[in-house]
Amino acid sequence: MKKINLTFSLLAVLALFMVSCSGGEKKQEVTETKTEMAPEGKGQSAVIDDVSAANALQVAKSLDDFKTLVAAIEAAGVEDAVVNVGPLTIFAPVNAAFDKLPAGTLDDLLKPENKSKLAFILVNHVAPANYPDSQLKKEAKKGRKLYMASGKYLLVEDKEDGIYVGGTKILKSVKVSNGWIHVIDNVLVPAE
Amino acid sequence: MKTIFKSLLAIMVLSMVLGSCGKGDSKKNGALSGNAAERVYVAPGEYDEFYAFVSGGFSGQLSVYGLPSGRLFKVIPVFSVDAEKAYGFNEETKPMLNTSHGFIPWGDSHHPDISQTGGVLDGRWVFINENNTPRIAKIDLTTFETTEILEIPNSAGNHSSSFVTENTEYVVAGTRFSIPFPQRDMPIKEFKGNFKGALTFIKVDPKDGTMDIKFQLMMPGFDYDLSHPGRGDSHGWFFFTTYNTEEANSLLEVNASQNDKDFIAAVNWKKIEEYVNNGGGTKMPAKYAHNVYSDEVHSATSTMRDEVLIVNPSEVPGAIYFMPTPKSPHGCDVDPSGEYIVGNGKLSADLTVHSFSKLIKAIEEKKFDGDAYGIPILQFEATLAGVVKSPGLGPLHTEFDGKGNAYTTFFISSEVVKWKLGTWEVLDRKSTYYSPGHLMIPGGNSGKPFGKYALVMNKITKDRYLPTGPEVTQSAQLFDITGEKMVLLSDFPTIGEPHYAAGIPASLIMSKSKKIYKLEENKHPFATKSQSTAKVIRKGNEVHIYMTMIRSHFAPDNIEGVQVGDKVFFHITNLEQDYDVPHGFAMIGAQTSELLIMPGQTETSIWEPKQVGVWPFYCTDFCSALHQEMQGYIRVSPKGSNVPISFTLDGDALDAE
Repeated sequence: MKKINLTFSLLAVLALFMVSCSGGEKKQEVTETKTEMAPEGKGQSAVIDDVSAANALQVAKSLDDFKTLVAAIEAAGVEDAVVNVGPLTIFAPVNAAFDKLPAGTLDDLLKPENKSKLAFILVNHVAPANYPDSQLKKEAKKGRKLYMASGKYLLVEDKEDGIYVGGTKILKSVKVSNGWIHVIDNVLVPAE
Repeated sequence: MKTIFKSLLAIMVLSMVLGSCGKGDSKKNGALSGNAAERVYVAPGEYDEFYAFVSGGFSGQLSVYGLPSGRLFKVIPVFSVDAEKAYGFNEETKPMLNTSHGFIPWGDSHHPDISQTGGVLDGRWVFINENNTPRIAKIDLTTFETTEILEIPNSAGNHSSSFVTENTEYVVAGTRFSIPFPQRDMPIKEFKGNFKGALTFIKVDPKDGTMDIKFQLMMPGFDYDLSHPGRGDSHGWFFFTTYNTEEANSLLEVNASQNDKDFIAAVNWKKIEEYVNNGGGTKMPAKYAHNVYSDEVHSATSTMRDEVLIVNPSEVPGAIYFMPTPKSPHGCDVDPSGEYIVGNGKLSADLTVHSFSKLIKAIEEKKFDGDAYGIPILQFEATLAGVVKSPGLGPLHTEFDGKGNAYTTFFISSEVVKWKLGTWEVLDRKSTYYSPGHLMIPGGNSGKPFGKYALVMNKITKDRYLPTGPEVTQSAQLFDITGEKMVLLSDFPTIGEPHYAAGIPASLIMSKSKKIYKLEENKHPFATKSQSTAKVIRKGNEVHIYMTMIRSHFAPDNIEGVQVGDKVFFHITNLEQDYDVPHGFAMIGAQTSELLIMPGQTETSIWEPKQVGVWPFYCTDFCSALHQEMQGYIRVSPKGSNVPISFTLDGDALDAE
């Protein structure tokens, strides 16, 4: 459709060009053809709102611990999904977690050609539901696995020293406007 | 990427054009300005330049449109119940529709007017009148909700309302129908001399906008049609058109058109205010409701008032005068300078314009032509500024562009006519489709109009849209008035009757629009501020459910122990603190509307189960990805059953860890 529009614009411009050369004085209308196209909208992550409670992305961006995670979210182009009304529960690896990956892995994932691979890993950290820590404990108690946005399932365990998800311990929990962030120090790389 | 490509292409083509023709200079021309589609097009994601608050007329509501696009943003329930928003259905808003006649589910909204400071729109509130059961409402422009409704006693057909003075000192409400004062059982044919027309001056608290009747001026029994405040030099005066000065009580279409001239009443309200402040006037018994909605308790209260201060014109000599105006004048419009008062005689061939400075001079020189019930009638010529000769048929209303021009609608000849103040010459005329009533220029009733667009609101539609059976939507037509000639840009449908409208630049109010209600500021007596404190309590046959909602569940969502014959109160709090995330609530078989609860708000719905069984409820607003999962069950047992009250979420008590 866009191509058709573009072709049409081009034809319109050329037609005008011809008219203007023979008639002599209507050239400024060339610019008018641009307005035919609706501008590309920015996604929901561009909404300016300093009144509502902060959403998951706003919280992550405000903390230095999540610099790498935020960079990965942006590289994978999933910012809009992370601010979506959700609800979402995000297991958020700190910077150090990415350092634990085999050398070169992160750099490799951040390459444009690996965008979808990176996105797949990131959404493996997101459960499309509302899981405060009290609910995670119940999940463990009732033996229910967490369904992740990657399509994979993660095991929840309620151990003596804390709650574990996918084998890694939850260090801290933060309520965000569109769900919960649970801080972890390992990247949950999904099995292929 | 594509955009860059397009731009490059455009530049290439452009340079080809320029290069080949060799003359690069260009200027704007008529072909561009003639592009109506472009001038009303607001690209996706872009904002309109103006808000238009368009009355819903017999819908009783107030709609919010964007201009120039004509896009509908919201319908604010004011005088009629609105099942979509639970207005008049939930326990919190039912008191808003209380009157001295009891709960009234419908109203007829007419003239919105935006609050002003120093004669300029300040964008704090919109006031609007209800015709049928006389009331004035106030809409808060941070929440875009109706926050106050004041009933007007001794009034009927509250039509010459609700216009504000230049510092919103007063909102004024004049009666269309005169009625016995005080109301009593009497023969209708004894109308003349016995019926009265109340002009009500409502004081507005400058801080929070609270309305309170300061005084009612008990005028002769004419019909008071429309009104406008003075401004600038005429600030302190208010002008009201009258018709039926014949005081007919039947077949008014004939009997109220006998007099060659009716009047515009000029009322010096500052003088009467001074009289009242010094103890003047008489307190009389009255019964009228004052309903106030609070954002703190998210609830309205209705208080019945029992007294009103009455002032008779004879008590304040020199405060009220009649200016004769031909043939049943309807619109009564004051220009931005405050000097000209335009009377649009519905049946007159000409427009009559009075001069405020001449009015003052005529009063000083006592240029009177008798009196009506003791109120001096000024000589017609003495106050006359000029006449717009034969501008059209059936003039109704006039607005101003702030550049010395006036725009008047003509119902019968179905057109809007632009004319010049001072010279009274007609400059342009454009047909409208069909039969316009009011027109609106943003800031039109103020010292500073924003003269870019005129919105003309038509009464008759006929063939203008795809037909929809006998009833067709009434239309609003947008004109560009920046040029010498008016240009019709678009034509869009409205709700009910777009009786009148008020417009304001979006930049003056959009940043103040509220996003959420803070949960910690919620003082609703039945608020539940955390899931763990949700509960169900039985009190006799009343069951009170303190419930919370957050993406994507209710807490509790399984409730047992309710019985047939119980009265179940759902007190539901939306725990969200995120912009544009309301939740809804609907209970099967509830004889009421849904609830639509904003973030941080609490609302209450009543359900009286009549059948044994297990009955579901659910969220009605597509709130989240798991909206379809947002549901619950209530077990209803027979009356007298021994099933105890219990409530759970995920099989556990709510305060369980």
